[in-house]
Amino acid sequence: MTDRALVVVRAGALTTVQDRGRPGYAHLGVPRSGALDPPAAALVNRLVGNPPEAAVLETTLDGCAMRPRSTVTVAVGGAPCPVAVGGRPAAWGAPVVVPAGELLEVGAATAGVRSYLAFGGGIAVEPVLGSRATDLLSGLGPAPLADGTVLPLGAPAGPPARVDGAPQPAPPAALVLRVTPGPRDDWFTARAVRDLATRAYRVSAASNRIGLRTEGPALERARTGELPSEGMVLGAVQVPPDGRPVIFLADHPTTGGYPVVAVVRAADLPAAAQALPGTPVRFVPVRRR
Amino acid sequence: MRALPVGDDALLVEVTSGEEAQALHAELLRLRAEGTLRVREIVPAARTVLLDGLADPARWAAELTTARVPAVPARARELIELPVRYDGPDLAAVAERWGLTAREAARVHAGTEFTVAFCGFAPGFGYLTGLPDRYHVPRHATPRTSVPAGAVALAGPYTGVYPRSSPGGWQLIGTTDAVLWDHTRVPAALLTPGTRVRFVPVGDA
Repeated sequence: MTDRALVVVRAGALTTVQDRGRPGYAHLGVPRSGALDPPAAALVNRLVGNPPEAAVLETTLDGCAMRPRSTVTVAVGGAPCPVAVGGRPAAWGAPVVVPAGELLEVGAATAGVRSYLAFGGGIAVEPVLGSRATDLLSGLGPAPLADGTVLPLGAPAGPPARVDGAPQPAPPAALVLRVTPGPRDDWFTARAVRDLATRAYRVSAASNRIGLRTEGPALERARTGELPSEGMVLGAVQVPPDGRPVIFLADHPTTGGYPVVAVVRAADLPAAAQALPGTPVRFVPVRRR
Repeated sequence: MRALPVGDDALLVEVTSGEEAQALHAELLRLRAEGTLRVREIVPAARTVLLDGLADPARWAAELTTARVPAVPARARELIELPVRYDGPDLAAVAERWGLTAREAARVHAGTEFTVAFCGFAPGFGYLTGLPDRYHVPRHATPRTSVPAGAVALAGPYTGVYPRSSPGGWQLIGTTDAVLWDHTRVPAALLTPGTRVRFVPVGDA
């Protein structure tokens, strides 16, 4: 059977197609997008023998279920969750063969937020500006999965990895984010800058692919008035008028008009993508490298 | 010119006017094209240009602080004409604020040469400058939940055209059928930073 495709049986709360995103178009207002936990997406691709740029599925909290039309190798990683094939438990974090027509079920995350599913050959939807990623801010790329959606699969590039499993970081019980101050820390009082570094924050339930919102002490402005719109980077800690820091994730707007008090190290963002609402957050100022 | 470090591999280069930001943007594009500047993103904005994914931020911070940026000759830039019907629901209110009739307000807008200062908000949404200060208008206090694609709008010093239907708080003065964004086209955005724009009235205006 040559019909390489997946039928979405249960789309879950929010399951999107993701890859390494579409950097290079910020000047046209195009967010970079891409997997929020890039190491997890790269690992599941490696487990099924895909190149790192192959498109995967990113689920949010409650998993999803698929029925492949032809036999395919799958690996599930990122947030730990139960995996079943044809109703029988199967391995998480390791390559698993799903026979044609069998049901692949990925259950709710037992820890963390986002699980990743890689399929041999990758999800082969039409790329937009070089990427198959769903961008929720601007609506580029394929729509989030819906029950009944059929996703084409590419031809497998190589054999699955010959491993039983791969170590993956545990979702954070507490999130420690290293930040370099600026570029607009001078828009805040000295006390606000101290608060950011010393006080306790928590991940807000209002977080999404655009930003990780936090709850905690409001940061007080030293300057009032409006900042003219300026370019925004991944990991920017933007402070809206309510004073609660928002950390920009992959679907962040490319320009914005609220001051950025600090920028989170890129290496700390995958953990931010796996932090459940309520997770304690600490911002640790570090020197620029 | 001031270069503010942003994280580990980005710089926000601050200048004092929109024209300077556009000139700096053009100069940075030139440096990238000739291979001197290695950077992933060059993002112009109102008073800044962001260099993101920069190979050597410390060196560029030093160089840009002392750099002299040649002004870009306006005529050297591409001119795009956008057909527009001045039929927006806020045209009358904008005209009243300007102390003009709706027809006169449309003539002021169509008689202005705009420049795309920067993009943002949505793919293909350009912030167009060119309207004199006395024609600047505030945004709506409460944004509309849905603004149709092609709506020509004003806010603060800017004019913009909504590339697709979305929520929006700008004052809507007209409509264009021009396709602002088409990802199968190169470039996908009709309006890119630095492009000159004129609105050409069609129909009864």
